[in-house]
Amino acid sequence: MIEISHLSKRYGQLLAVDDISFRVEPGQVLGFLGPNGAGKSTTMKMIAGFLAPSAGTISVAGHDIQAEPLAAKRLIGYLPEGAPAWGEMTPRQFLGFIADIRGLDGALRARRIAEVVERLNLQRVLDQSIETLSKGFKRRVGLAQAILHDPQVLILDEPTDGLDPNQKHEVRSLIQAMAKDKIIVISTHILEEVHAVCTRAIVIAGGRLLADATPAELERRSRFHGAVSLSCADTPALVAALRALDEVAQVEVDPQDGRVTAFPKAGKPLFPAVSALIRDRGFAVDELALESGRLDEVFRQITLPVHKEGVRR
Amino acid sequence: MRSPVISLFRRELAGYFATPVAYVFILIFLILAAAMAFYLGGFFERGQADLGAFFTFHPWLYLFLVPAVSMRLWAEERKSGTIELLLTLPVTMGQAVLGKFLAAWAFIAIALALTFPVWITVNYLGSPDNGAILAGYIGSLLMAGAFLAIGSCLSAATRNQVIAFILTVVVCFLLLLAGYPLVLDAFSGWAPQALVDGIASLSFLTHFNAISKGVIDLRDLVYFGLMIAAWLYACAIVVEMKKAD
Repeated sequence: MIEISHLSKRYGQLLAVDDISFRVEPGQVLGFLGPNGAGKSTTMKMIAGFLAPSAGTISVAGHDIQAEPLAAKRLIGYLPEGAPAWGEMTPRQFLGFIADIRGLDGALRARRIAEVVERLNLQRVLDQSIETLSKGFKRRVGLAQAILHDPQVLILDEPTDGLDPNQKHEVRSLIQAMAKDKIIVISTHILEEVHAVCTRAIVIAGGRLLADATPAELERRSRFHGAVSLSCADTPALVAALRALDEVAQVEVDPQDGRVTAFPKAGKPLFPAVSALIRDRGFAVDELALESGRLDEVFRQITLPVHKEGVRR
Repeated sequence: MRSPVISLFRRELAGYFATPVAYVFILIFLILAAAMAFYLGGFFERGQADLGAFFTFHPWLYLFLVPAVSMRLWAEERKSGTIELLLTLPVTMGQAVLGKFLAAWAFIAIALALTFPVWITVNYLGSPDNGAILAGYIGSLLMAGAFLAIGSCLSAATRNQVIAFILTVVVCFLLLLAGYPLVLDAFSGWAPQALVDGIASLSFLTHFNAISKGVIDLRDLVYFGLMIAAWLYACAIVVEMKKAD
């Protein structure tokens, strides 16, 4: 378990992290969301034991990161932002070094290295110096390093940044596969990622914790939640018919693709009414979808006020 | 379980030889060491079977070559972000500082050991006091260690390697000559005599010359040991302060 209480970090005048508290239990994949400069990386650096908090405490499986840094660091696998690694080393040497430092030896050392190499598909580049590798491979070498000792706690700062869609998919599958009994914290500003891998999301902006919920709960905050989108050849007639429905609060037409979105009145299920309308009036609908909510919209709604407020502290 | 210092040491030392820089450095060191001994020091003309002419120039050689090794020690880690990786591994700050320092020192020791043909030459030509020569090597290595400790501290203070290099050269130069008028005159006019004496006793050259003459005095060893320990301690503090910048 990770327990963070009243964590703050101040750089001179700037309060980068402002009194954040939360806890993460094994089995959870926690997504850290926030605009650039929100304090995500700073928080992760403090959990990983790189930066000392200005105030507050962090405990990793009962070990306070300040009081017992080594015990805590042994339990943590950390991928720093940008996946730094010593460029002149090959992935084989690099992983060997990490294994030595982590105290893995003998058969276990060989097995773990073979396992992560296999999992992250590093076989092809094992003996090529890291500085000559592509961004995707560098990121995977960084991930391999983080999971090498099969840590209880994984802190991954933007694990899929700079990867192509296939690689992103692989990394997400990897995270999901490991999630069962571990604590995983990832930071990202890719919202689809939260949906794909996280069981819980924390939104940070301006150093403050603004929301802590499951992705589905966040989506429910969206005005799109429960809305119905559809497209039809005869848009004006459809819009008029939708507006006449009792359950509809508002109808919008996307000026670009002509997609119609009907928003429900609070608490009223809209989809059955719309589908009945289509059936009864015989609209030729090409497409019909129930919206679960749009995370990007919720994200803006949560973080924009803080952004506008600026650095007034 | 092996100490992390050893793992760090091995990684660092292998790192030197992973690039051509190490070989270029060793080559230049050997050429300059030999050139200074034979041309400036008049190795043959002296007609003495010792390595005095060889060791005399080591402080000046180190003044430029050691900062070239030390400048990247921490500056590079900070610039490339690997410092974050290093310091989130289960190692203490002391282990990290020591592992990196020892690897750099071992690298210089390898370069120094490769000057053995000079030793063979002098043994071939005459019958030198090999104990004195060994003392000279020890003194030379201690001197390099002290320079390196200074360099590693100053390398931690900046992420710009050129600045680290220049700062290290200046500080080493001042400490080299601390016992000479160039430095002492700046203090003798106003400072109490005790302070002037104190500064004079910090001089690298005084202690180095004592050892390289073949006299290993415990005080000189303690001096270099303390010098290295103090600068490494300062290095650990500076890394801790500056790591997040």
